[in-house]
Amino acid sequence: MKEEIKQDLIGREYTTLNLGPTHPATHGIFQNVLKMDGEIIIESTPTIGYIHRAFEKLAERRPYGQITTITDRLNYCSSPINNMGWHMTVEKLAGIKLPKRVEYLRVIIMELARIADHIICNSVIGVDSGAMTGFLYVFQFREHIYEIYEEICGARITTNIGRIGGLERDFSQTAWLKIEKLLKELPKGLKEFEDLLIRNRIFMDRTINCGPISAEMALAYSFTGPNLRAAGIDYDVRVMNPYSSYEEFDFMIPLGTNGDTYDRFMVREQEMKESMSIIKQAMQKLDKLEDKTSYNAEVPEFYLPPKNEVYNEMEALIWHFKIIMAETSVPKGEVYHCVEGANGELGYYLISDGGRTPYRLHIRRPCFIYYQAYSEMIKGAYLSDAILTMSSMNVIAGELDA
Amino acid sequence: MFNTIEPEAFFEQLKTQFAEKILLVEKHYDVTVAEVSHDVIKNVILFLKEQGFQFLTSCNGLHLPAAEKKFGMIYHLHDFKRNLRIRIKTFTQNDPPHFPTLTDIFPAANWMEREAYDFFGFRFDGHPNLHRILNEDSMEGWPLRKEYPLEDQARFDKDDKMFGR
Repeated sequence: MKEEIKQDLIGREYTTLNLGPTHPATHGIFQNVLKMDGEIIIESTPTIGYIHRAFEKLAERRPYGQITTITDRLNYCSSPINNMGWHMTVEKLAGIKLPKRVEYLRVIIMELARIADHIICNSVIGVDSGAMTGFLYVFQFREHIYEIYEEICGARITTNIGRIGGLERDFSQTAWLKIEKLLKELPKGLKEFEDLLIRNRIFMDRTINCGPISAEMALAYSFTGPNLRAAGIDYDVRVMNPYSSYEEFDFMIPLGTNGDTYDRFMVREQEMKESMSIIKQAMQKLDKLEDKTSYNAEVPEFYLPPKNEVYNEMEALIWHFKIIMAETSVPKGEVYHCVEGANGELGYYLISDGGRTPYRLHIRRPCFIYYQAYSEMIKGAYLSDAILTMSSMNVIAGELDA
Repeated sequence: MFNTIEPEAFFEQLKTQFAEKILLVEKHYDVTVAEVSHDVIKNVILFLKEQGFQFLTSCNGLHLPAAEKKFGMIYHLHDFKRNLRIRIKTFTQNDPPHFPTLTDIFPAANWMEREAYDFFGFRFDGHPNLHRILNEDSMEGWPLRKEYPLEDQARFDKDDKMFGR
């Protein structure tokens, strides 16, 4: 599919084509100025920053508890992972240890988010290669996952789920029922979706060898997440630097070989199944735990006391006021904490000078780092392959532009 | 929790080549941090890459207006084989600060350095395409420096003397 750029092009005229900033096929706001020879891309110049919102500057002004809402808007297809990553960063800074139950509950939420993100990405690969039907089949499951979020935290997309030191409330009975229903129905739906695409001649022709990247290149460009694993490198933060008790779970890291669109698609498909298995394991572990009720650590200086105590007890009222006004003391220091986001290593580098807001917060956004390889990956490819490559890389504008 | 190289062992590795250029090696939280002199930063990172730290996790700028050396770059490196992480820091007092580019060692540094240029005004010598990345090219000032106001200073309806940095 990828053709060699012909050397004897001197004297011929190129076409300049603007792909974006707003184009339905780019699923977000990306501009690429393409230099085209017929249908073949000779060169592309990406411009980013269209929805830049200065999160790192905003974070220097906001108390720790209020930064969670910023992280929602990074990768908005899987906000809960971003939220949890942020909570864990502050917990690491403050040395907060969570009860096992909270960690398992968080694992369930994060894996649900991963499934939702992969559903979007994979079904959109289908759409971009001309298969609308699969998209419509699996999108209902994303809806079910959003209903679970709604049940847990009240919001759907920008979830703001959890608090520093735990979760804001326990899972309700309905949430558990919905999770069980999802685990029962999702494998069937995924099977249907895979039957439509995986061995489909048209889909295979379109995606195999489309936008490939070698393992060396992927490493040099600091790829992480499914994109790196599709190129054959088994790096997963959940395994290499386990957080939130991931070391207790038994799951596989799916790997690809060519790093092309098909491999990225397959890695995500398999990861969804692994995520389901992780959720099941977490539920079994929760059943075995003696602790059936706790959903937060005992950290009065970070975790808001329950409302009825605030109204009736002096101590609780004081803590409530101090937390809301961000007058609790945070230790000085700097930490880097990373979680395996749906599209790679999402890292927070937090510097605290003991003040009420972070002194500096740098967010390692996986998209931002691997998107720079895009123009390299589409060089010499057809325009339609470039579209497919972009959707298979799972580039999310919110995270890219921060 | 991260795995990291012990500070003593790390210092042992570095001191033969860089001797007094290594200003500080310590373990901070779960990662070993080394502060190196500004003029050898590229050599240190090249040396570390040969030692196996082949993955540039991130690099970002830092502004410390109160310090003597105001501007810093922080590099996070990762060794996949041994699963070790380290953090390298370097500071300079010049304004505008100049740092050597890492784009020839890690292609991924390209946009990260452009981001540091965009927000802090750091110049990366040898960078192939150093201009603003997230902000507009015509913008003035360096937004993540501490003196850059977050909100419009002409507004009178907001009085934030009490709260806020």
